[in-house]
Amino acid sequence: MKQASELLRDLEALEREARAAIADATTTDALEGIRIRLLGRKEGRLTAVLRRLGEIAVEERPALGAAANRVKSALTELLGARAAELGAGAARVPGVDLTLPGRDQWAGARHPVTLVIDEICRVFQSLGFTRVRGPEAETDWYNFISLNTPLDHPAADLHDTFYVSDGILLRSHTSPVQIRTMQAFQPPIRVVVPGLVYRRDPFDASHAPAFEQIEGLAVDQGVSFVDLKATLAEFARRLFGRRATVRFRPSFFPFTEPSAEVDVSCILCGGSGCSTCKGTGWLEIMGAGMVHPAVFENVGYDAERYTGFAFGMGPARVAMVRYGIADIRMLYEADVRFLEQFA
Amino acid sequence: MNVSYRWLRALAPELEDAPARVAERLAMVGAPVDALVALGDQLAGVVIARVERVQRHPNADRLTLCEVDAGQATRLQVVCGAPNVRAGAYYPFAPVGATLPGGLEIRAAKIRGVVSHGMLCSERELGLGRDHTGILELHGRFTPGEPFAEALELNDVRLLLDVTPNRPDLLSHYGVARELAPGGEAGLRLAGFPSLEDGSAGAPLAALDEQIRFVVAAREESTGGVRVVLDDARGCPRYLGAVIRDVSVGPPPEWLAARLRAVGLRPINNVVDATNYVLFELGQPLHAFDLDRLRGPAVVIRRARADERMRTLDGEERVLHEELLVIADAERACAVAGVMGGAESEVTSATRNVFLECALFEPKTIRRSARALGLSTDASYRFERGVDPEGMERATRRALALIVAVAGGRVESVAVDLHPQPRAAPVVGLRPARVSQVLGADFDEGGVTRYLEPLGFRAVGRVGDAVHFRVPGHRWYDVTREIDLIEEVARRHGYDQFADELRAFRPSVVPDDPMAQLEDRLRTLLVARGFLEARSASFASEGEGDVALLNALSQAEAWLRASIAKGLLHRLEHNFTRGARHVRLFEIGTVFQPSPAGQPPREATHLAAVFTGARLPPHWSEATAAFDVWDLKALLLELARVLGLGSAAVVPGSGDRARGAVAVVDELAFQLRDDRGQVGWGGRVAAEAVDAPAWADPIWALEVRLSPEMAVREPPVLRALPAFPAVERDLALVVRDDQAAAAIEAAIRAAAGRQLEYVAPFDLYRGPGISEGQRSIAYRLRFRAPDRTLTDREVDDVVARVVDRLREEFGVQLRA
Repeated sequence: MKQASELLRDLEALEREARAAIADATTTDALEGIRIRLLGRKEGRLTAVLRRLGEIAVEERPALGAAANRVKSALTELLGARAAELGAGAARVPGVDLTLPGRDQWAGARHPVTLVIDEICRVFQSLGFTRVRGPEAETDWYNFISLNTPLDHPAADLHDTFYVSDGILLRSHTSPVQIRTMQAFQPPIRVVVPGLVYRRDPFDASHAPAFEQIEGLAVDQGVSFVDLKATLAEFARRLFGRRATVRFRPSFFPFTEPSAEVDVSCILCGGSGCSTCKGTGWLEIMGAGMVHPAVFENVGYDAERYTGFAFGMGPARVAMVRYGIADIRMLYEADVRFLEQFA
Repeated sequence: MNVSYRWLRALAPELEDAPARVAERLAMVGAPVDALVALGDQLAGVVIARVERVQRHPNADRLTLCEVDAGQATRLQVVCGAPNVRAGAYYPFAPVGATLPGGLEIRAAKIRGVVSHGMLCSERELGLGRDHTGILELHGRFTPGEPFAEALELNDVRLLLDVTPNRPDLLSHYGVARELAPGGEAGLRLAGFPSLEDGSAGAPLAALDEQIRFVVAAREESTGGVRVVLDDARGCPRYLGAVIRDVSVGPPPEWLAARLRAVGLRPINNVVDATNYVLFELGQPLHAFDLDRLRGPAVVIRRARADERMRTLDGEERVLHEELLVIADAERACAVAGVMGGAESEVTSATRNVFLECALFEPKTIRRSARALGLSTDASYRFERGVDPEGMERATRRALALIVAVAGGRVESVAVDLHPQPRAAPVVGLRPARVSQVLGADFDEGGVTRYLEPLGFRAVGRVGDAVHFRVPGHRWYDVTREIDLIEEVARRHGYDQFADELRAFRPSVVPDDPMAQLEDRLRTLLVARGFLEARSASFASEGEGDVALLNALSQAEAWLRASIAKGLLHRLEHNFTRGARHVRLFEIGTVFQPSPAGQPPREATHLAAVFTGARLPPHWSEATAAFDVWDLKALLLELARVLGLGSAAVVPGSGDRARGAVAVVDELAFQLRDDRGQVGWGGRVAAEAVDAPAWADPIWALEVRLSPEMAVREPPVLRALPAFPAVERDLALVVRDDQAAAAIEAAIRAAAGRQLEYVAPFDLYRGPGISEGQRSIAYRLRFRAPDRTLTDREVDDVVARVVDRLREEFGVQLRA
């Protein structure tokens, strides 16, 4: 009498060979040949195995039978799928080969920086902010003086500015819109300001003479440094995920005090250190601070009554980190091979 | 600002943090460290050796054979090629087995037949500097064999500090140490200097300090026979001067050279190096003049005369003007104040007598000078930001002591201190309640005082609920009002100590910008139609803009754009050169128009698009058609709908073209109009307007000026759905080519009346059966009444009316 184990081994070998043969078949004819060799009523190898079940001890037959049937149905399934892949359908409805490509539309895409700006604005809108914008060409009063930055102070050197004429410049930050907003409205104010800003840096891998910035401003009675910290921490969590953390480091901007650089835990390595965060675990994403009382005085607000915070960030930088863009110039070249990837 | 870790530790003996921890703490202080540079760790194998004997090499004229004591049991024989080797002097020595910073491994080697057991090293070979004219002779007392890097304190860490412009106090080791030392300023110590190796230093330094007396005067005083005249007290509120006689100018001792190298300075000579040392230690720039080169002898602080000339230390001949503050002698300018000294009064090895300057220059004056000369020096950098007015006498005494310690000489006992208008230290009030209000956490008087006093602020009293603090000299520039003290409290408290706790807020009264909403809708529309969004800088070349920049980066970026489509065509060219044939780009951005002088240019937000190539991605089922004028027209109509311009907004003809606009083919162009006039255009781009390859398809472009009114969307008013069936009729009309389809359609509508629900052409034919100069247009008309089913007769009557009208008005015939 045949041993059950011997038959089981034959079955396994058969399945292995059959799977390989089905995968290698390139025509429906070849596939049909495989089907007949395996499952044909007369010569089929699997059929033969099933016949031999009779030689097996009765008590072992059910288990072996089940195994044989499993192999049979698996191979039948596989043959069907492969047949569909090879376009067996074409043979059924003349003139329609469903394996041919479908009719596409061109895929459009928002610019990656727009994607980031939209997302950042959405987060702040959900935190009670509204969007405002302002002109890109400004007077030096709006760009510097009203923001507590005397033109002859070294702080003005931080921005090398484009001038259009004496006293008229291209804004070097979106902060002038803080002033314009406060001139037009009384608190409570909570706004974010997306827009283009200009610095006299020639294009290179990490600099552009014009790039996007998003400014934020919140002014009301009782707005404090804790509100600033909590708002930006919540923003980071909503934009980068619940595990994101922020770190505030003292810094200097003439129009905020106390001022801070705000780092976000690296979105790529999560803080353990990688090439994107230069091993520090932190990404420098934002500048922030409490609105300087001199700025309130310049717009006629009562600096004793109102306090506020402001922040600024670079969505282009966020886009570069998020999408793995190594060279900032790619953002502004409009190469369709680049833009298409954001469809 | 480069900081030496060793130097910091010397000033703050209780500072025990390792360099990496110091860097972390500095980041949290507000002066992040850009890099930590390990110094001297590549010199581990190098020792100090004394050359005992020097002989000629038997086989080479330029080589010498030295017997060297490197601390080993026997003297070593070393071949040396340096011209300056001499017996009895100490040199860095790389014994066999040592590796130099460049990677050179020292082995015993035969040089011209004589075995050399190591190498005496030059500055360059040790990676300490560029000098390779000879081996580095060490000045001081050493033990042969002692590790070189340790003996010279070269194993140090340089911290590259990023100091914000508001913190000039951090531009010195003393200032940095003040932030870091436990207990702040009270934990700092200015140690004395080791005196000259040969003991030639004059009186002990403490006694020296007592000898010197500063005579305070307003405008003029003499020291050691030098008349010092403060002519311009606006540019120079305070000026200290002292005279040292009989100095021996020479190389600095190794400890001093090592300190300067650690912060990246090149040692020059003992006197100049002493002034640089004090600059880096206390932040006070000092200048040493060769007194014997000052005519008079006099020192005059004045504005330069028009076209006055002098040669600065960098060898440049400078032409000065009346804006610049100079230090002059009785006749001519000898230094550009606060920026750079003059070559003629430079301290050299020939100098015997020195005039030491310690000045307080007005920041803006120095800033203007530095800009005018295109120079930024360690001195000007500090003067521009502000040096400590209260630390000047200390800095002068420290420099005098150091000069005497390293260069000998004697100090004239009377020094001058010209100070026409001494200023009282500012006092700033701080209300603890206000601190709590701004920072959102509770602070009391004791708390704020504990934070401020280690930084040098002193509580001097109370007025109302405000504690008054005297501001120390090193913070006069950035601490002038209460908020500045609040920042100090926040900093010392630690930004990381504030809660991350979202609190209630009132919503914004500012409405969300309607333009932002409009732009969002336009992006959605164009992206759905397969367009890719571009963003480009707003710059243009000449002829493509009407507003010029005063300080452009290049000719190609010298103007502000007047059209976005023009820029997109350049981006299209960029894509063509990379082989792209199917390109659909759009951009929303700002364009600029000139405005009256003194006002910013006028700005407008434009949407532009360019597109070329296949209308759909190539597909096997049909030939690929390129975009044509009907795609353009449909897109314009779609935009007109979204912008609320109405269906009559798209009109054939290119209309008014702004200067610098894209040239289009007039016959294939449209205007986009609102009820006040033209707001945009679209058309086929003229061949000369774009550099396209031969294989390119027709190029289409459009541009629209967006305005806030376009963002206002009227909600649609729903029409009831029809309750009765419609009746359709087709009319094939023969129409002359000079008769516009739009006019025919208008006539059909007018003649058909209210029951005409829909009319549109569905076929256009030319050819056999239709004579030249004519075409057949087939229209489908759909009729419906709101209250009943129309009968065929009713409809036939209306159609007959339409046909009559067309025949009368246009001579149009029904096609046979």
